[in-house]
Amino acid sequence: MREPVISFQNVSKSYPLYGHIQGIKNFLFDVSRSLAAIKKERFEALRDISFEVYRGEKFGIIGRNGAGKSTTLGMIAGVLKPDRGNIIIRGRISPLLSLGAGFHPELTGRENVILNGVLMGLTRREIMQKMEEIVEFSELGEFIERPTRVYSSGMMARLGFSVIAHLDPEILLIDEVLGVGDIRFQQKCLNKMKSFQESDVTMVLVTHSVASVVNICSRAMWIENHVVKMIGDPIEVVEHYCEASNVPFNLNTVNKASL
Amino acid sequence: MNAGLSETSQGGERLGVSSRLATDVGKVKHFGNQRSLDNYKDLVIVLLQKELKVRYKNKLLGYLWSLANPLASALVFYIAFQVFLRVSEPNYALFLIAGLFPWQWLSNSVNSAPNLFVGSGSIIKKVNFPRNIVPLCAVLNHMIHFIITIPVILLFMVIYRQSPSLSWIYGFPILLTIQFVMAYGIALGLSSINLFFRDLERLTGVIMNFLFYFTPIIYDVDRFPERYRDLLIVINPATPLMYNWRKLILHGQLEPLYVLLSILYAILFFAIGFSIYKKLSCKFAELL
Repeated sequence: MREPVISFQNVSKSYPLYGHIQGIKNFLFDVSRSLAAIKKERFEALRDISFEVYRGEKFGIIGRNGAGKSTTLGMIAGVLKPDRGNIIIRGRISPLLSLGAGFHPELTGRENVILNGVLMGLTRREIMQKMEEIVEFSELGEFIERPTRVYSSGMMARLGFSVIAHLDPEILLIDEVLGVGDIRFQQKCLNKMKSFQESDVTMVLVTHSVASVVNICSRAMWIENHVVKMIGDPIEVVEHYCEASNVPFNLNTVNKASL
Repeated sequence: MNAGLSETSQGGERLGVSSRLATDVGKVKHFGNQRSLDNYKDLVIVLLQKELKVRYKNKLLGYLWSLANPLASALVFYIAFQVFLRVSEPNYALFLIAGLFPWQWLSNSVNSAPNLFVGSGSIIKKVNFPRNIVPLCAVLNHMIHFIITIPVILLFMVIYRQSPSLSWIYGFPILLTIQFVMAYGIALGLSSINLFFRDLERLTGVIMNFLFYFTPIIYDVDRFPERYRDLLIVINPATPLMYNWRKLILHGQLEPLYVLLSILYAILFFAIGFSIYKKLSCKFAELL
């Protein structure tokens, strides 16, 4: 058995509903009630979930809106802390930044590549070595020298994927952002992701696209109502997920080339 | 489906012992995620470059714009107090600038602080990077703006036939360091708290406005009523620092007691700001 790079053991997470704190003014006028509300009103995002992801795996997470998928991803990325349970991560995390996040609109594409890279933990020297590869893969042409505020959403996604795909990722986190590229670029991403398998890159993909899970993932997890409903073969998981959602699922209709 | 279920429950049983040993608090262990010192350095450089590039896209015009604000307020106070109210301060324009320029650095840092983490929310939610670098770069950015306005101070000294003193060589680094630590501490605290209380920004603006008029910037410290002078100097964290800036720029001297006082204030603010940040930083992503 390969070594698990991501391991969740009985992890629970709930958020306080900070909604009642409108500001200092309201808080100071009603301190006791506000403090009590913080303790009481919590929204449970995940309850006692356990799973492991092994090196080189492409792990898909599916589930309805608000089921807790993005919370899981946030905890893998280390930006959210669990309330209970243990999380062990081995390796550097590269989150694919959703549209525009981490890109400064006034900086050029090239400058944004550097900004993105250092945020993810690389040095400028390491990024500069990969720069030409990234620019070439993104196919942005002369747009790479223009500020990203003039980019279309598809161009932004192309740049974002090019960055994380080339900066020696160890664990890739992707949260439903690849659908905006055109089909040719989707195909290119798909090929790139498939090539990660040989190079031992682990990938965690949160998505609503059944095609993505079937085409990319080697294993899938279905989260329903804040608990793990099922883990296993992607096709099997997707079938049950579709059944539960009353959506007809036919493997033959899934486009083999789409994300 | 059954296969999947049994796999997870087995996992649960196998890990049952360790989870019972684990306390109520969640634990995260992350291996292979250490950032190198080079990365920290590059993070600061790149984030700082970003700020400066955005501000100075057109180099000369950007520079002039960053001078426009402090110079405009200096002009307003000059007209109001020298021309209309006829204050007796000698070289009032130079006097104003020697107080206003350092103050702008402090007040810009503090006023921009509440929005720092809120403004970079999208990235804080996704990437786990040392967040205290955001206020660090903001304060550094404002410090650089102050430093590049020093030629303007020199220009005014030439106009008023005064010359810079040799003591600037040690005086500037001392005051720059003190003010940097103080501003960084305040910015860390305010930017963290503002995630919980989003109206902090308005409160900050009000307080900074008060502080400006209660700090001897547009007037000299001996304008304070004599009975309350010591009290007014000691209770206002900005006063000892601003007093020394002007004394250094105009007379080439530092008041040792006030240096000590402002160091104490700087350490105090840094300690408070940093502990607030430490305590709240793990909740940032939940709040954005």
